[in-house]
Amino acid sequence: MRRGSGKSPQRRLALPIAAVALLALAGCAGDAPSTLNPAGYGARRVEGLWWLLFWISVAVFVEVMALLAWALLRRRGPRTRVRHGDPTRFVAVAGAGLPLVLLVTVYGFGLRDLAALGDQPDQPAVTVEVTGHKWWWEVRYAGSAGATANELHVPVGEPVRVRLRTADVLHSFWVPQLMPKTDLIAGRVNETWLRAEKPGRYRGQCAEYCGLQHAHMALQVVAEPRGDFDAWLARLSSDAPAPRTEAERRGLTVFERSACAACHTVRGTSANGTAGPELTTVGSRWSLGAGTLPNDRGHLGGWIVDAQNSKPGNAMPPQPVPAADLPDLIDFLQSLK
Amino acid sequence: MSAVAERRPDAEPESVHRLTEHWGEAPTLRSWFSTVDHKRIGRRYLVTAAVFFTLAGISALALRAQLARPEARLLSPQEYNQLFTMHGTAMIFLFATPMLFGFGNFLLPLMLGSRDMAFPRLNAFGYWVFLFAGVVMWASLPAGAAPNGGWFAYVPLTEREHTPGAHLDVYTLGLLFLGISTTAGAINFIVTALKLRAPGMSLNRVPLFVWAMVATSFMVLFALPALNLANALLFLDRRFGTHFYDPGAGGSVLLWQHLFWIFGHPDVYIIVLPALGIVSAIVPTFSRRGIAAYPLVVLSLVAIAIISFGVWVHHMFATGLPQLSLSFFSAASTVITIPSGIQMFAWLATMLLGRVVLRVPLLFVIGFIVTFVIGGVTGAMFAITAFDRQVTDSYFVVAHFHYVLFGGAVFPILAGLYYWLPKFTGRLFSERLARWAFWLILVGMNVTFFPMHLSGLLGMPRRVYTYPAGLDWDPWMALSTVGSYLLAVGLLLVLVGIGHALRRGPVAPADPWGGDTLEWTTASPPRPYNFAVVPEVFSLHPGWDERTRASIADGATGERILADGRRTPLTSELDGRYERPAEMPEQSVRPLLAAVGLLVAVVALLFGWYPVAGAGALLLAVTLAAWLWPALPGATEARVAR
Amino acid sequence: MTEALIASPDGGATGPAALATELPRGRSPGWWGMLLFVTTEATLFAVLLGSYFYLRFQAAAQWPPPRTGPPELTLPLVMTALLLPSSLPVIWAEHGIRRGQRWRLRLGLALTLLLGLAFVGLLLMEYDEKLASLTVTTDTYGSLFYVVTGFHGLHVTVGLLMLAWLLAASTGGRLDARRHEPVRLVAMYWHFVGAVWVAVLFTVYLSPRL
Repeated sequence: MRRGSGKSPQRRLALPIAAVALLALAGCAGDAPSTLNPAGYGARRVEGLWWLLFWISVAVFVEVMALLAWALLRRRGPRTRVRHGDPTRFVAVAGAGLPLVLLVTVYGFGLRDLAALGDQPDQPAVTVEVTGHKWWWEVRYAGSAGATANELHVPVGEPVRVRLRTADVLHSFWVPQLMPKTDLIAGRVNETWLRAEKPGRYRGQCAEYCGLQHAHMALQVVAEPRGDFDAWLARLSSDAPAPRTEAERRGLTVFERSACAACHTVRGTSANGTAGPELTTVGSRWSLGAGTLPNDRGHLGGWIVDAQNSKPGNAMPPQPVPAADLPDLIDFLQSLK
Repeated sequence: MSAVAERRPDAEPESVHRLTEHWGEAPTLRSWFSTVDHKRIGRRYLVTAAVFFTLAGISALALRAQLARPEARLLSPQEYNQLFTMHGTAMIFLFATPMLFGFGNFLLPLMLGSRDMAFPRLNAFGYWVFLFAGVVMWASLPAGAAPNGGWFAYVPLTEREHTPGAHLDVYTLGLLFLGISTTAGAINFIVTALKLRAPGMSLNRVPLFVWAMVATSFMVLFALPALNLANALLFLDRRFGTHFYDPGAGGSVLLWQHLFWIFGHPDVYIIVLPALGIVSAIVPTFSRRGIAAYPLVVLSLVAIAIISFGVWVHHMFATGLPQLSLSFFSAASTVITIPSGIQMFAWLATMLLGRVVLRVPLLFVIGFIVTFVIGGVTGAMFAITAFDRQVTDSYFVVAHFHYVLFGGAVFPILAGLYYWLPKFTGRLFSERLARWAFWLILVGMNVTFFPMHLSGLLGMPRRVYTYPAGLDWDPWMALSTVGSYLLAVGLLLVLVGIGHALRRGPVAPADPWGGDTLEWTTASPPRPYNFAVVPEVFSLHPGWDERTRASIADGATGERILADGRRTPLTSELDGRYERPAEMPEQSVRPLLAAVGLLVAVVALLFGWYPVAGAGALLLAVTLAAWLWPALPGATEARVAR
Repeated sequence: MTEALIASPDGGATGPAALATELPRGRSPGWWGMLLFVTTEATLFAVLLGSYFYLRFQAAAQWPPPRTGPPELTLPLVMTALLLPSSLPVIWAEHGIRRGQRWRLRLGLALTLLLGLAFVGLLLMEYDEKLASLTVTTDTYGSLFYVVTGFHGLHVTVGLLMLAWLLAASTGGRLDARRHEPVRLVAMYWHFVGAVWVAVLFTVYLSPRL
């Protein structure tokens, strides 16, 4: 036991090294919304800061472990002579002096990055109004009549201002690959901004505990070339396309006559409820229930019939849609692109 | 060394006989309810806090089981949210602080060479209140009405509109109730350390654990009012429709966050400082020399206590406050790591200059150093605002504060448990079993919490009851779960080891480790009066000091024997000069009655039975009036100190 | 040592060691305990009044809200004139009992008790008048007004209970020239309650007019 424990500090030195390997691995892996795989200005700044902090931390850890190992390896056994001097100067220098130098340095870099993050662009290319709800994101664009949910489209390479407010409790807007988080505070409007540097789809999620379904409050930021973005925004601002097939037409009728229309809006139809997300473009969205389910035929049907099963506690009650009508309703909703 | 302690009873049988008569407690049921002995109360704190720790730990195991794989349906979101809230709330409020107060209660008078705390009955009252508050809060869990707003209970989620039902009323009332106990304990610790030190123990001879308890107690007195106010206002908002946190009527939701963190950040140090004090008590004993740079360590304890009140906003870096205030609080949060650095290097220097004896308590201290350094460096990261905003409220912060709180508090608590177990129980424990426990805990702890750094960096938010597959979070979550069960086995071994020691352990001598503080100069466990002769202190290390040891053995004057009555000397605040003997109160059921009065009031408020609450308050008031009633002159019963 | 051994346990109160117990040498644990208790209570009031100002200054609109208007000053000033001087009889009483003059103790305490009761009575009068237009549920200003003044009023009430208790305890020779620590401690609490009133007066009644 004694020999084993004597060796252990050295063995534990392997920990930070293993950690580096893991982090490198993690950063490269594909699907995670990883802060170490940044695709936006703010996240990239913070990633640089992280590696600085990380290596300083490793150095501090190694220093302490080395001293500890020295004590455990070389200062044991009956022949060790106890020294009684008081090493006040050593403690002051190693415990306060050196850390102070390190911390001042780090603080300086941190301040620089803080300023960079806070530096709002004077002329944002786009302003997005995001409103947090229990438990979904309402997304509107300045100058556009339409609204979507849980999905932001932004033009690549251009600064986008995001204005954040909440309709109920606190939430936090966090897209790890693009920008650090900003809270949505009841009674206030907060602003942040982001600039996507690579086209792609970036997952975000509410980062402030907001109750029962905090786990199912994700969103996606789609960064795309300017032309695609403009087309998408134009589509968002216009009414829903008229039904093209018989089934879609029947589905629209079902939608307008059932409880659906009481809570949801589809522009261009008589449905103008406001309790739930607007569905004018629901067919094109990446998910159902703010990241709860993939947006496909089967899941859409299941969601309509009983949204409480996959996202218990959300505001949408189970819908007694007759089995015969359900396929038409799904056809209609999927046509809303 | 221990021969001195054993010889004592024969040397002065007469005064010892009378001390036993005055201080001894009959092993009756009544004395179980009426005891004011700080050692019994201290042990109760330890046991009760350990029970709450076990409950909170089992809650965590349930959470880990749910998170072991994506989209699991083991727990409903309602259950998950109550369990994670109770896990955090109980670990912070019902385990960490009470556990360390248990150490303080048992050890402070012994380390100071006193016969009890300054206010023994207040001490008993504090324990009962703690017990009742904990029971009320835990009882809400099986009723499905446990707090579910997270341990910091942000409004407006916790307002009635968004969380109806008893959940948050249990939280606000429970914590207000508990706060009475914590405040009473803090006052008691400070006054004990100021007035009840053995003659000769000037401030520069006070053990570091005592300094740490005093610093913590001062922080409690200045920090807890903010939490109490926050909770009182939330209760009024929820129950009586006031608008403190309602932005629609002129209130502010950020007021809650400011109030909570003005308490909440100091509270981290309220928990960690006594734990650091335990480390400072153990390291010298197993390095066979005094602590290095004692004045710097004291200074750093005081500095932490002060600076910690200037860092609360770093919990609010993402709320959209002005940049200037962010930079200020970022600087303060950076600076506060320095006093911890000083202590770290004081321990290292002590070991490097001494002769290290690797017994079990030191093993756990080493576990503390390894994990606390990791928690410390990630803590410094959180002081940097830009980085904080990326990883706050993610699993990275969960990893960080478990390294700080498990590393910085639980490891020292375990080290302290093993170190003082002979003193608490009079039994020695199996070191083999304890070493097994240590390795399981160290490995389990790191396997549980280290991967959380990665899940956080990979973008996983905290407090989610489930998560989708395919985001690279699954392997780390699964690994965490494996680690948590390993950790649980290790902790179970600690329990087994203590049980084994109690049943089969060899009888402990007065000083099994060769410790330097006064508790090792008296029997294990100490007699009800602690010291037959109150020691006279000549150095910072009275246990290693021949003159102090001699002062206990012979040549004692009457003012240090004080065998006629329940008495202990009062000394001056700064230099520990002898002033006069204090009459210590005898046992009484009134502390229990007063606590019952409070319990009735709290439960009645919870259910809205206001007349009953009034009756509870009346019971409390009448009990207090009788408790503090001055004795007639000449009555044999000593006047109550408070 | 011999002195202490001579004094028998039952005769403790008359023995030399017992005499020493009561002589006011140094600050007593009770004094420190009360000081710390008052300190943490003062912190509580500081945080409460801090919250008042925080809410006031983050409210963009006029303070107090226009429909309420600034609070009347006459009654609070009368209340101040009752509460602040009510500390004097306590001081007088404490000095009296130190010299063994129990009549001074009782008279002083009774006087303070009356002044304190009058204070609480006037506070209730003010509530009675005000409740018609402003309640705790009206808005944040109403919540603050009643909770700040009510919380202070609660402290005055507790102080009054302590005074009444002390008055009752002063019978039968329980308090005399040597044993009077409770008087000192209750006095500390009462002075504290008065001092807090000054802060409450400034915050709730005067600051809206600044």
